[in-house]
This record gives sequence, structure tokens and C-alpha cells, in this order.
Amino acid sequence: MSFLDRAARTLLLVELIKGMSVTLRYFFTRKATINYPYEKGPLGPRFRGEHALRRYANGEERCIACKLCEAVCPALAITIEAEPREDGSRRTTRYDIDMTKCIYCGFCQEACPVDAIVEGPNFEYATETHEELLYDKEKLLANGDRWEAAIAANLTADAPYR
Amino acid sequence: MVEMWNGFIWPGVVIVAGIVALLVPLLLAVAYLTYVERKVIGAMQIRKGPNVVGPFGLLQPIADALKLMTKETIIPSGANKVLFIMAPMLTFVLALVAWAVMPVNEGWVIADLNVGILYLFAISSLGVYGIIMAGWASNSRYAFLGALRSAAQMVSYEVSMGFVIITVLVCVGSLRLTDIVLAQRDLWFFIPLFPMFVIFFISTLAETNRSPFDLPEAEAELVAGYNVEYSAMTFALFFLGEYAAMILMCAMTTILFLGGWLPPFDIAPFNWIPGPFWFAGKVAALLFVYLWVRATFPRYRYDQLMRLGWKVFLPLSLGAVAFYSGVLVAFDWVPK
Repeated sequence: MSFLDRAARTLLLVELIKGMSVTLRYFFTRKATINYPYEKGPLGPRFRGEHALRRYANGEERCIACKLCEAVCPALAITIEAEPREDGSRRTTRYDIDMTKCIYCGFCQEACPVDAIVEGPNFEYATETHEELLYDKEKLLANGDRWEAAIAANLTADAPYR
Repeated sequence: MVEMWNGFIWPGVVIVAGIVALLVPLLLAVAYLTYVERKVIGAMQIRKGPNVVGPFGLLQPIADALKLMTKETIIPSGANKVLFIMAPMLTFVLALVAWAVMPVNEGWVIADLNVGILYLFAISSLGVYGIIMAGWASNSRYAFLGALRSAAQMVSYEVSMGFVIITVLVCVGSLRLTDIVLAQRDLWFFIPLFPMFVIFFISTLAETNRSPFDLPEAEAELVAGYNVEYSAMTFALFFLGEYAAMILMCAMTTILFLGGWLPPFDIAPFNWIPGPFWFAGKVAALLFVYLWVRATFPRYRYDQLMRLGWKVFLPLSLGAVAFYSGVLVAFDWVPK
């Protein structure tokens, strides 16, 4: 009997028809496509995108040139040089990130004691040349000013889990 | 002069006009089949498919064609140049030549051969030469393996296709395609010959190297099979030839089993629609199943493919020839 059963199933293409009914059902379901440049998917507050150097509310830059990020960076993408400023505080004179070396692990923002270097929510910074992706301190601070609102919101949203 | 006009020039003009009237819609259909394929498979994978170029992405085939035309044709240094260039042309031409005998309505046929079905079968079998030439002339291992697979596959499935065609022919009693369609006036052959219809459909999938029998171009193991070395228009001709062959096979299935241009019932709302629309509609429905199958099934392993061809389809179709002939003789239904 089981032989007959099996033969009937094979000859009547039962499994094939079952498979095809599944694909036909999906043919009519709502499509999951996001129409990218016009629609975007959600990002979590921990999303690690383009780097930014933040400032305090009074405009003073947060980075104190402790070089923990430079030390922890597994890709050796960060280069920092520092000197005391005229008022005696320790500040960086050079803060470069080679975005083409960076692996976006987020260790730099974890290491930072003052939340100065962070990875923001921006991921649309493709360029046409390599040189444009060698970020210097000016570019990073500009990023910080531009994305401050989003970065601050993300940090507060993520704070309870740290 | 009048004799010359009536004897040669006017018939020539009529034939050329007929060829243009058939080929232009056919080539458009081929171009848009590539678009429909991407849309249908996309929809079955919960994607939208091409939707950027033009409204609903409708200009996508034109953009693709322009891209392929402006690209460079690369001829490998080790290739046999003449055969390398000839192979895609042969594939494409063969896929189009077969349409000469395809009746899209009663009397709407370029050459109403009395051995039309043999001509169709012969031309579709020749298609394998384009692929073998491409594989050999490319002087590349992947292309050669793809061509070998393709040759073996097409030969295997042609045997069962031949037997299926014989069952239809014993029911019709004529090799003329128009007669085959007209014999289905009362009953389309896919109802009495349903198992043959299924075998024929699956065999045409194998014959056109479509998924799940797309071993000749198995991306995973052979990169792209016989057309690895081809680029630009030479590649485009292969691509178009393959899709034209798909449409041809669907048209053949329509003629043999689905009553060609005949409406399902010869009553009021159905016979208002002209025959060519019925024909095109049936071909389109079969093509949709081709795409549907591609979106559903994984590729066969090579030995499974051969087993299905030689150990399942061949005995089944051979038995069916004997069975249907026996039935026709026993009940004295043999067409006179």
C-alpha cells in the first residue's frame, strides 16, 4: 500500500504542486522592498556609522587627548598628536581617522572616557576618491556639530543598558 | 512585366511583410520576457523587481539593450574567432527561423509546411549546435563543460519529446500545424493526453535549459557555462536566443496541447476575441509557469537529470505511444 501511495504521490507531482502553491502565495503578498533613497529602514541607537568628535554645550571640545581610542583601535586607523594649550589644558593638535582602514567595531567610542569620539547614525558618506575618506580633526568636529542632536538622543536612549 | 510582378515581386513583398509582422512583436516579447521574468521572480521572493527605469521599470529592457550594445565585444586570444562569433548568431537565428511555420491564427502563417511539426522539431534540435560551437570555440574549460552538459541534456530530452509528439500525431493524422490545431476544435489535447502534456512541458524546460534543468549554465559550479567568455552583443544574442527559444517552446506546447488560437468554447463572449490574442494569451500563461517553476525549484543534480530523462520520461512516453495508439485502434478512432 505504501508503495502505491508513494507512486501516486510521485506521478501526480504532489510535492511539486505544494511547492509551487507556496511561491504563488508569496507572489501576492506585500513586498518587503524598501525604496531606498526615498524610504529608509530603522536604525538602532547603537548603530555604528560615520565617526564624529563631540563638543560640550559651551562649545569646548570634549577630547582630552588621552589616546585610549588610538591605543584600542584594532585597525590602527586613528592617529593622534597632542600638546598643552595656552590655558594649560591638554588638547589634540591632530586627530585623524582613516575611514578606509576603520572596521567600525566601535571600540573607540567604548574606550573614550568623555564620550568625545562616537560613531553616529550617518552611513551615507560615500565619496569618489580615497583622500576624501581620510578624515582630520576639522572634519570630525564638523560631523559632531552636524549630528549632535541625533548622537545625544542615541546616547541617552542607550544609557540604561550600559 | 505583369507576370514578373504577380509571380515574384508581390509574393516576395507579402512574405517580407509577414516576417516583419511576426518578428517585431516576437522580439518585443523576448525583450519584455526578460523584464517580466525579473518582476515575477522578484514578486515570488517578496521583492519588487526593477521599478526605477520608466514607470514600473517598463523601460528596463531598453536600458539593458543599450548597455549591452555600447559595451566592448571581447574575443579571447585562444578562441576560434569565426566559430566564436558565429555561435551566438546561430543560436539567435535558429530560435527565430522556427517561427516560420508557427500558425498564430487560421491561415496566419508564413510557410504552411505539410511537415511543420518535423521542421519545428528539427530546428529546435539544431539549437544545441550554437551552444556546442560556443563552448568549443571559447577555448575555456567552464564553457566546454557547460556545452557538453547542454548537448547531453538536449539529446536526452528530445527522445521523450519525440514520443510525446508522436502521441499527438496519431490523434491528429497530420504533420501540418494548422491541422493539429483544427483537430482540437472539440477538445483540446491536454485533457485526453494530460500525462503527455506534463511530460512535454517538463521536457521543454530541459530543452531550453531552464531552471530546474539549467545545468549548462549552473552559476554555482560552471560560472555561467557555455557563455562565460561572451560579452556585449554576442552575449545579448545568446540571451535573446534563449528567451526566443522559450517562447517558441511555449508556442509549440500551445499548438500541440492547448488548441493554438482556438477559444476554449466556441460561444459568444469567447469567440469575439480574435485568434492571435488567444494564442498569445496561452503562450503567456505557459511562460508564466516557466518563471514560476524557476522561482520554486532548486537545480537538478546531473545524474538525477539523466535518470529523469532516460529512466522515467522515456519509458513513460514510449508506453503512452503504445497505449494511445492501442486505444485509437481498439475503438476505431484512428483519424482518416
